[in-house]
Order: sequence, then C-alpha cells, then structure tokens
Amino acid sequence: MTGLTGFPILSTIAFLPALGALVIILFYKKDWTDLIKWTALGTSAVTFAVSLYLPLTFDMADPGLQWVEKTVWIERFGISYYMGVDGISLLLVLLTTFMTIICILASWREINTKLKGYMALFLLTETFSLGIFMAMDLFLFYVFWEAVLIPMVFIIGIWGGARKFYSAIKFFIFTFVGSLFMLLGILAIYFYHGKVTGVYTFDSTILSLAPVAPAVQFWVFIAFFLGFAVKVPMFPLHTWLPDAHTDAPTAGSIVLAAVLLKLGTYAFVRFTLPMLPNASMLFAPLMIGVSLFAIIYGALVTIAQKDIKKLIAYSSVSHMGFVMLGIFVFNIEGLKGSVLQMLNHGISTGALFLLVGMIYERTHTRMIGDYTGLFKELPVYGVFFLIVVLSSMGLPTTNGFVGELFILIGAFKAHWVYAVFVAFGVLLGAAYLIWLFQRVFLGNFRYAGGHGLKDLGLREIIETAPLIVLIFWIGLYPKPFLNVMDASLTKLVEQVETNYRKGNGEVVPPQASLGAAVVERKVE
Amino acid sequence: MPAGLNINFYAVMPEILVTALALIVLVLDFFIRKNKAALGWVSVIGLICILPFAAYTNEPYPVFGGTIIADSFSAFFNVIFIIAAIFTILISMDYLRKIGVDRGEYYHITLFATVGMMVMGAANDLINVYVGLELMALSFYILVAYRVKSSRSVEGALKYFVLGALSSGILLYGMSFAYGAAGSTNFMEIAGALGKGDNTYLTLGITLMAVGFGFKIAAVPFHMWSPDVYEGAPTPVTALLSVGSKAAAFAAFLRVFTAAFPAFQADWSSMLWIVSAATMIFGAVVAISQRNIVRMLAYSSIAHAGIIMIGLIVFNDTGLAGVAYYLLVYAFMNMGAFTIVALFRDKGRFENIDEYKGLSTTRPLLAFLMALFLLSLAGIPPTGGFAAKFFILSAAIDAKYYWLASIGVVSTAISLFFYAKVIFYMYMKEPDHGAEIAPASGVIYNIVLFCTAIGTVFLGVYPAPFIDMAVKAVRPLLM
Repeated sequence: MTGLTGFPILSTIAFLPALGALVIILFYKKDWTDLIKWTALGTSAVTFAVSLYLPLTFDMADPGLQWVEKTVWIERFGISYYMGVDGISLLLVLLTTFMTIICILASWREINTKLKGYMALFLLTETFSLGIFMAMDLFLFYVFWEAVLIPMVFIIGIWGGARKFYSAIKFFIFTFVGSLFMLLGILAIYFYHGKVTGVYTFDSTILSLAPVAPAVQFWVFIAFFLGFAVKVPMFPLHTWLPDAHTDAPTAGSIVLAAVLLKLGTYAFVRFTLPMLPNASMLFAPLMIGVSLFAIIYGALVTIAQKDIKKLIAYSSVSHMGFVMLGIFVFNIEGLKGSVLQMLNHGISTGALFLLVGMIYERTHTRMIGDYTGLFKELPVYGVFFLIVVLSSMGLPTTNGFVGELFILIGAFKAHWVYAVFVAFGVLLGAAYLIWLFQRVFLGNFRYAGGHGLKDLGLREIIETAPLIVLIFWIGLYPKPFLNVMDASLTKLVEQVETNYRKGNGEVVPPQASLGAAVVERKVE
Repeated sequence: MPAGLNINFYAVMPEILVTALALIVLVLDFFIRKNKAALGWVSVIGLICILPFAAYTNEPYPVFGGTIIADSFSAFFNVIFIIAAIFTILISMDYLRKIGVDRGEYYHITLFATVGMMVMGAANDLINVYVGLELMALSFYILVAYRVKSSRSVEGALKYFVLGALSSGILLYGMSFAYGAAGSTNFMEIAGALGKGDNTYLTLGITLMAVGFGFKIAAVPFHMWSPDVYEGAPTPVTALLSVGSKAAAFAAFLRVFTAAFPAFQADWSSMLWIVSAATMIFGAVVAISQRNIVRMLAYSSIAHAGIIMIGLIVFNDTGLAGVAYYLLVYAFMNMGAFTIVALFRDKGRFENIDEYKGLSTTRPLLAFLMALFLLSLAGIPPTGGFAAKFFILSAAIDAKYYWLASIGVVSTAISLFFYAKVIFYMYMKEPDHGAEIAPASGVIYNIVLFCTAIGTVFLGVYPAPFIDMAVKAVRPLLM
C-alpha cells in the first residue's frame, strides 16, 4: 500500500519541519531575521506541498492504514517505529501542515525577540503533532505526545502575554500529569495483552484486534481518559485552556486550537474506542453527560467574557464538547461529524484567533469595550470576521453546519434528549458569537486609542483567504472530505461492535449491562 | 560451592589497573610540583585506556575462593564507575583551581574511590563488599572536605563521616548476623544454607544490611546526610557521590540481596516497598521548596533512588536490568546537570535557583543543555531519563506492583515542578537587576557537556542495544 515503493513518505513529511528547525538553529545567526522567517515559511510550505501527495494517492476504498512504515525500534519490549495514515488521520495531518503555514505567517511581524528559537520551536511542534497523528505504535505515540508539550510550553512561556509564566507552567503540569497516567494505562494494556495472548507488543493494530477483559479495560479507560481529556480539554480538566490561549502569542493560540486540541479527541477515536470498547460503552453515559454539560457550560461562560481571546478560548470548550459527544454516541454519523468537526474547529477557531491577533497588533487591546463599530473603519477585516463567526456558529453553507448537522443526527439517533441539548448549545453559540460581533463591529466607530486603524494588508489577506475558502468549500461541497473518512470510520464502528462482543464473550461483568443498553438504543 | 582457591588475576584486571593508575598518579604527584592538572590528565587518559578492559565481559567467573566474581554485571557497573570518574576528574581540574586547593592527592583519592566502587560491584562475599565500601567511603570523606576554606564543606564532611561510620557499623553488624546464621560470608554459601531452622537472626541481618545500603543510596529515612554533604562538597565530588557512589551501593545492594537472600525475597521486598514509596514521595516533595540548586538536586537524587529501588523490589529480569540501565542513564544526565552547576558555582555565587534567571539570553547553549538534562531527569521523552523510567515502571506493572508504579508516577509528576521551575527561570524570566553574568564554559567543560548530552539523548532515542546490555548484565544475578 506504499505509494512510492518503500519510500518513507510519512516520515519525510513528519521530519521535514524538524530538519528546517535544525538548519535554523545550527546555521543561522540571530540577526538574520528575514532568512529565518523565509526558511521557516519555506519549510512549512514544502512540508504542506509534500503532504498533498497523500490525498492525491489516497485510496478511499481502503479502510486500513496506508503508506505504512514499520521497523523494529526496541525489540525487547516489542516497540516498533510504526507510522501509518488512514481516513481518520489524513485530514488532521493536512490540517497540521496547512495551519503551520498560517501560523508562521501570523508571526511575521508579531514576534521580534528571539526569532530563531521561536521559529525552530514552531517547526518542532509541527513535527511532533504530525508524529502523533501518524504513530500507530503506542510507545511511539506516547513519545510524540509528551514531546509536543515542550516546544508549546516554551512558545507560551517565552513569547506569551501578561501572565505567561503562570499559564505555561499550568499547561505543562496539567498535560504532563495527565499523560503520566496514560503511560500507566498503556503499560497495563501492554502487559495484560501480552500475558493473555503471549504477544508483547505496543502495536495498536494488534492491540485493537483482541480487546482485554472488561475489568482491565475499566482501569485503562480511566488512565487513558486522564491523558486524553486534559488535551481535549474536557470539563473539569479544561481550566488550563483559557489561560494558555489568552497568554500565548497569536500563532501559539492558533496551533493550540487547530492542532493540539485535536490530539485528545483523535486519540479517543483512534485508541480508546477500538481497544477499550466495553469500557467505552460503560462510560458512554458519563462521557455524553460531561460533553453535554461542557457544551452548555462552555457556552454560558463564553457569553460572560470581556476579553475577545478568552471568549474564543472558552468557546473551544463548548465546541470540543460537540466533538466528544459525536464520538461517544457510537454511530457512524456521530463519528463522521466529530472527525469533520475537528477539522472545522481547527479552521474556524484558528481563523478567529488569527483575526483577533490582527486587531491586537493594531490596538494592543482585546477588551470588548475598547473599540466598537470596526466594520466602518475596517470593512475587509469585518467581512472576514463575519464569515468566520458564521462558520463557527454553524450557519448553513459554512463548514460548521455540516459537522454540527452530522453530530446532531448522531445524537438524535442515540437519544432525542441529547439532540435537544445539542440544539440548545448551538443556539447559545450563535448568541455569544453574534453578540460579540455586534459589540465590536456594529454601530459607530469608536476606539479609545484615538487614532484611526488601517485595514488588512496584503500579507494578512493572504493568510486569511485560504481559511475562508476552506470554510465555504467544506460548507458547500463536503463530499470529498466525508468520502475520505467514510471507509475507515465504517470499519472502526464495526470493529468497536465486534470487539465489544468479544470483550463480553469472555467474562460478562455486572457493569456491562449499562453499556449494552447503549447498544440496544442504537439499534432502535 | 567455590571450587578451590582459583587465583586468577585476569578476572580482576580492571580493578588492578585502576589501582596501579592511582599509585602512578600518587608517585607522579611528588615530581610534578606546579601544574597539578597534569595529574588529572594522566588519570583521565589512564581511565580511558582501562575502559575497554573494564567493559570486557566473560562468563560468570568466581575467583579467589569465590570471594570475587567477574561477570557481565560487574563489567556493566565498572563502565558506569569509570565513565563517572572520567567526567568528574575532567571537571575537577578547573574547579580545584577555582576554589584554590589545586593539590595532587585529589586525583589519586578519586581513583581509589573508583576502585572501591569496582570492588563493590564485583564482590561475591560480604567481606569484600565491606572492604570495597570502606575504600570508597574513606576516599569520599577526604574528598567531601576538600573545600577546606569553607565551613560548609568541613561540616558536610564531618556529617558524612559520622553518619557514614555509623552506617558502616550497622552494615557490618547485619553482616555478622548473616554470617552467624548461615555460617559463611560467601553469597552462594549463604543462599545454600538458608531456609534451615530458625531465621530470626538472618532476618535481623537482612534488615540491618538494608539499613546500611539505605544510607549509601540515601533512601528515606536514612537520607539526612545527603543534602548537607552534597551542598558542602566540591561540586565535582557531589557529582561523583550522586552518580558513582549511588551506583556502587546499588550494585552491592542488588548482588547481596539477589545472590545471598533470594529465598527471602517476599520478606525484604515488602520492607523495601515502604522505603521506596517513602523515598520517592519525600524526595520529590521536599525538593520543591529548595532554593539552593545543589540541595534541589540532592533531594531529586533521593527521589530517583526511590524509583530505582522499584527495580530491585519487583525482582524480575526487567526490573533488575532497569536498575542497571537507570544508573547508566543517571550517570550521564545527572553528571551533565552537575557539570553546569560546577561551572557556575563560585565563591557563593550561583548557589540559588534564582540566579539561573534569564540564562537563556546570556548563555543560550548552556541553558539549552541544562534544560535537556533537567527534562531527562524529569523523565520526558525522547530522553534517556524517560527510557529508564519506562523500563522500571514497566517492570513494576509486569510484576503487578500497581501501587508502587502509581507512586512512582506521582513522584515523577511532583518532580516536574522543581525541574520545570529551573527551566522556566532560565527561559521565561529576566535576570535580576545587577545579577552576575554566568561564566562561559571552557573546552574541557564543553567536552564533558557534549558527551553527557549525547549520552542522555542517545540512551533515549536508541536504547535498544543498551537495554540488551543491561539485560545481559543482570543475567548472572538471576541464576
């Protein structure tokens, strides 16, 4: 299934940015700022260009992994360097390579100190994020998962805003502690699987074939949950997010929203569902409950925010609630909606942070009361902002609509009450976004700083326009995007079901009856 | 049973060579009057030449009436000791000049300490364990006091001496009980004689010996000496104490408990369980509140000892190999961190973590390396520290020590606070007003830092061959 025979295309994509970072660190002097910027931009552009090879050669009918690379890494523990991409991760890989270009453009003028380190760290973030989406070996996955923390923490802590030190350390500790428990979970499933089957391996495809006993799944689920849910972030582990977003530089916020938040939900889809089907079913009501709560709670908190960036940050809590809901309703529509919504949230929220960064660059304030009526002064900016806001709300013809619709259908199939909550959440989302737009853009222009404001320049239009195109593309013609994930997700749903049966077939624990109820409901 | 006396000097060649080197340096000391650093170079070059001999392994080979055993285990640890000694001597040359006691005996005493460690790793008899331990400890009593002008150094040395003597006494007391119960000091004979009749004295012996080793590896509650001694001693000596002395104590600990008392594994492992858990938590928690960088590293070293103990407690090949591998990684990452501390510490400056603020702007490369070593100590992939922790934790989970593994994880999580604090200070804070600029690193420091950094990264990215070596190293213990 390798596109070019034996050529490690995935590793090439993943490690190209690291190579660029290495060049910048080793060979460039501090004051070669233009060269540093152009090299970073060039690296990310080349990476994106190479990653376009993937959709061009992607076999949509094949639900399995493509372009697989596998070599033994640490034989004694059954660890291999195992990379592969399927319909679930393909879009996220592209999102990562694409958004990194936007991020580097967004940093063009914002970052003036220690530019060398900044660009290198950004490219490293890209490498590690791509590694997470491609790694199919749990050990390799964990290595990337932890590694991505380091550059991100530095980006927030060095180039961040007022409370950068606090936010960086909070982000670091939340995610690190969560991942440590995930490591215990990985080890537990590794040894349990090894003892039962005699095959000691971290290979996630093998581990997904035969689920471990439900009682073990129970604990592993909790361990995985602590690791993944922090990154999503799920209520009540979300408190690092607003701080990290608020204090990160613009590009940091974009990459956080567009890429890093996806890691958690992706891991739920990729590892939790097939490996721990019984525990997932068992915990599903709880997960759905928490997701619904997060949707409403996140939206309500968002309404109350005064800082635009913080407002968008909190809206992520609500949006990621939708994604989590779609995953745990256990049907193909919900899952499709979730994966698509991961992409959509990356584009829309990324674009929002980008636009907020632009106004902050001009005014050095993000407080809602500090300016109003921007539409008259900055018409281009206003149009862009409006489109992105509408997409984030999920208005028809934009990308958000398609994703939310699928999640809504999925939720309705599971239980109509879920759908009511989802609809209410969408409504609240519209409320805070429209209210934000009204307060900032409508009415007469007034700005506390006094001087007039310049509308978007060419660079800013160039970096925003592709996102706008994507918003409408997915909104009007989502078929290619849905087709890509179709086969893989269908297979995933089947696999979850068979694994659930397998898991139940061995020993039926008393808890499993709850999970069975979810299945029955789904059959109706 | 040891077959005959079996005198074979080839088996103890590394020990003999290092002893010979120490004696050569001792004699040269009389002839080289001015430039004492030359003695350091002789020592380093000698040790580098000895390294291949030390690394050479053969089948387990008990010699001298079974009191010494040359096997892959002793070879593995010999390599750790010699590497640690090389790094220590390299950074000492400049350091001694800085503190104004540039004297020749420093080098041969360091070499004698190394011989002591090597004897501990190769000992197959309680007497030899004790001889090696005393040789090492007596050398360290002198080395710790080497900053003669500093009252801290003398205070630390005195504490180390009094408590070290006490712990040696306790260890010897325990050995005498074991001898009384088993009728032999040879590990194999002890193991063979066990399980017959009343085991009260033997249990007492095992407990007392665990206390003795607990002192040397600075396990809670026998850790009291370590922060003061670490702080007072010349920094290179601190590095050797935390890496070499600890590894030697663990080597002997492993050998004694696996070779002599495997039958009592259930008893001693439940005792060590509590010690390990307390050590992990206490070390990590107390390290948080430390302002002095050396004391912080001292408490962090205590927490690491607790995690390493897990490997002994679980008592399977993965766990024991994990101990060996952890100590190898630790030799690189901790040595690296101490090298930077040694470089900066001078006349009361760069004692506190505060003084590391803004290091990334003044000394970007050193800040980067310090961050690397600290991240490795914290156990973040893809560094060696992560691979080592992974090794130990996987052994614990394999052997169903879930709680111990969880405590290890919690300790690691807590330890992140103080490691990250230093990193964040270096990168995210501005230096205090009027703060001194950190000294630049010379060529020798750069060599040491380069080697330790390469080791730290390599053991994390491509650990497979070294894991195999560690597994091979502990194989004799499980036979």
